[in-house]
Amino acid sequence: MTIVIDRVSRPEPTPKAPVSAAERVRKKDRGGGLYKPRTPIYPKLVHGPWRTLKWALLIVMLTIYYVTPWIRWERPGALPDQAVLVDFEGARFYFFDIQLWPQEVHFITGLLVISALGLFLATALFGRLWCGYACPQTVWTDLFIYVERAFEGDRNARMRLDAAPLSFNKVWRKTGKHLTWLAIGFATGGAWIFYFHDAPTLIQQYWVGQAPATAYIFSLLLTATTYVFAGHMREQVCIYMCPWPRIQGAMLDHHSLQVTYRYDRGEPRGAHKKGQSWEGRGDCLDCNACVVACPMGIDIRNGPQLECINCGLCIDACDEIMLRVGRPTGLIAYDTDSAVAERQRGNTPRYKLARPRTVYYAVALAVVSTLMIWGLANRSPLDMHALRDRNPTFVRLHDGAIRNGYTLKIANRSFEPMPVEIRFSGVAGARVRSPGKPAADALHVVLEPNEVTAVRVFVTAEPEALNASSLPAAFEVRGEGRTFRAKTTFLSGAANTL
Amino acid sequence: MSERERDEHSGIETTGHEWDGIKELDNPLPRWWLWVFYGSVAWAIVYWVLMPAWPGLTGYTKGLRGHSDRAGVAQELTKLDAVRGAQGARLKSVSLQQIEQDPELQAFALQVGQSVFGDNCATCHGAGGAGAKGYPNLRDDVWLYGGTLDDIHRTIQVGIRSGHPQARGETVMPAFGRDRMLDQAQVQDLTEYVVALSGRKADTAAVGRATQTFADQCASCHGAGGQGDLTKGAPSLTDAEWLYGSDRDSIREQIWNGRNGVMPTWEARFSPETIKALSVYIHANAGGGEEEVAAIGGATAR
Repeated sequence: MTIVIDRVSRPEPTPKAPVSAAERVRKKDRGGGLYKPRTPIYPKLVHGPWRTLKWALLIVMLTIYYVTPWIRWERPGALPDQAVLVDFEGARFYFFDIQLWPQEVHFITGLLVISALGLFLATALFGRLWCGYACPQTVWTDLFIYVERAFEGDRNARMRLDAAPLSFNKVWRKTGKHLTWLAIGFATGGAWIFYFHDAPTLIQQYWVGQAPATAYIFSLLLTATTYVFAGHMREQVCIYMCPWPRIQGAMLDHHSLQVTYRYDRGEPRGAHKKGQSWEGRGDCLDCNACVVACPMGIDIRNGPQLECINCGLCIDACDEIMLRVGRPTGLIAYDTDSAVAERQRGNTPRYKLARPRTVYYAVALAVVSTLMIWGLANRSPLDMHALRDRNPTFVRLHDGAIRNGYTLKIANRSFEPMPVEIRFSGVAGARVRSPGKPAADALHVVLEPNEVTAVRVFVTAEPEALNASSLPAAFEVRGEGRTFRAKTTFLSGAANTL
Repeated sequence: MSERERDEHSGIETTGHEWDGIKELDNPLPRWWLWVFYGSVAWAIVYWVLMPAWPGLTGYTKGLRGHSDRAGVAQELTKLDAVRGAQGARLKSVSLQQIEQDPELQAFALQVGQSVFGDNCATCHGAGGAGAKGYPNLRDDVWLYGGTLDDIHRTIQVGIRSGHPQARGETVMPAFGRDRMLDQAQVQDLTEYVVALSGRKADTAAVGRATQTFADQCASCHGAGGQGDLTKGAPSLTDAEWLYGSDRDSIREQIWNGRNGVMPTWEARFSPETIKALSVYIHANAGGGEEEVAAIGGATAR
């Protein structure tokens, strides 16, 4: 029994010849039974709107990737002047005017949640847009195929070259291709490390051998992964390694746009001679143009498949043929399962953008985005934690007063020194003081800019005020018109009995 | 072998495993995956040769690289000593007060002090320095032998009744009862007198009877008003801090048996800079300030 994933009727795929047990054994003898060698794919260059869009996106995205670390952004003092920087040494993340501390990693989490929800929404509406246009695997593979084509020619020339015996022509073309791939890979890995260190400094250090070991390790690691993934593994990364093709099944439904072979129009397929009637037959010429254009090496006419990355190159390939034979374009197009089924029943298809799942995703996206923007806009320059001494929990002084010791960790996220006033509330008549200073109602401390200042505070209370062994209390820090509270407790045990 | 079930849609054999009607196709694995597996095996062998790997009956295979985590730790410790050496030299050359006023040096001293305290002092004074019965609390503002930086430093150096020629605590608390200097009734009355000194309710008749005894026996060290004497290490009897307990039984027992605390000298064991760091640490934990210093000894009960 097989589970039928698509509920609309489909043309029967050409049944594969059953493999006999004897044949299996023979195949194993040849070493092809248990493990599958990769069938090389030679995608043919197509021309059309989707191909043009893919080139444009490729240029835009690669430009962003390579250029971003070089954008300068003036910051006060000794702070780095790089617009986008993940500064592990200084434990900061810089993004133009935004500067995040490690404690604010929830903003990064929020960004990831927004990206995930955006991806879900886009997938539910328009299918695997990410896979087809934006995924680095797709973008770099596209670039690598472009290089391959420049050195070895298009599909047929490449197949001939691979089949040809070793020759000077073959060697220089192959060498040139691999060297260019490696160079692109190196540029990729090289650009990556600039996101983690001041780019102009690092590039100088890099070439004279003075850069940190991690810079060399990561640049070479990404050179290797780029070269291997985009040059050699290509569609196998999507098919075998990536979880997203599996997950996307949960985002799609019958109203999601995806690259669709309109079999309602195409079948029955077959060769067509010029001048022959189109009556009683489908528009598909069975010319294989869509198959040879596919970078994943599949036949889109078999229906939606895990391998399909929705890049639309088969659409361009088919449209070229349709125009040539004088039939309307769009035999393969971005369409929905439900539209095909509707047309088959003779109805006009309806496209539904607002469906429960798209509404859920859109609402969730709006909520998380609003929270993030609100959080960023109301980001406090102050943050405080009060750590109470645990051993001993309290100290009794000579006059019977009870003292608790605290260490306040106060972060000043601004770039200016910040004078603040520290008060303690929750215990009547409690007095605060720093070591070596007289007791007072409030402490005055100047917080260092862009740093966490540790402030040691002793709080002393008279036993009369301590009606419980543990009293809820709080520290209040006031600075720059803002008040920040950190909850704590004041402990006295059974101390009020002498 | 019988022919296995074949999936009718794809024409591929199934593994025979079924979950909720979904069957697994017996598709071949990619060839590169197999090479990754062989690569891992080769890597494992290289690793066995180079690194410590296989346990034996009496030891383990050492590996050609001679890697050892233990040696690595030893190396790190040597490095740490080198780092400390530089900071330690600074500790040696400046005064205790200067250490406390230099935030960087103070932070270093606190770190050193904390680890030394944990290893040596915590046994008696507690990990946090809160003390125990008979072992003074080092976090409060009551100091038998003074709570200034210099006092603390001196006490650590020479100890108390430690046998050091300059040791502190040359006087002792006599065992008034055990040595039959006072009889049971007198000790009982004295107990009431001491309770009254610290501001608590006591038997007035007993206090009256003990007034003369206190003046004769106790006032020479503890002072006429019981406010204590730093130079002798005699505790104030008027405050809220009681080394051997504040209740009547504890006080009576102390008058009867007269226990005297001993603290070793650390001069021979610690380097001078370690003692300095320890003093700074203890001083800081106690509040490190003028308030305490003013309150030491002789302060009246509230």
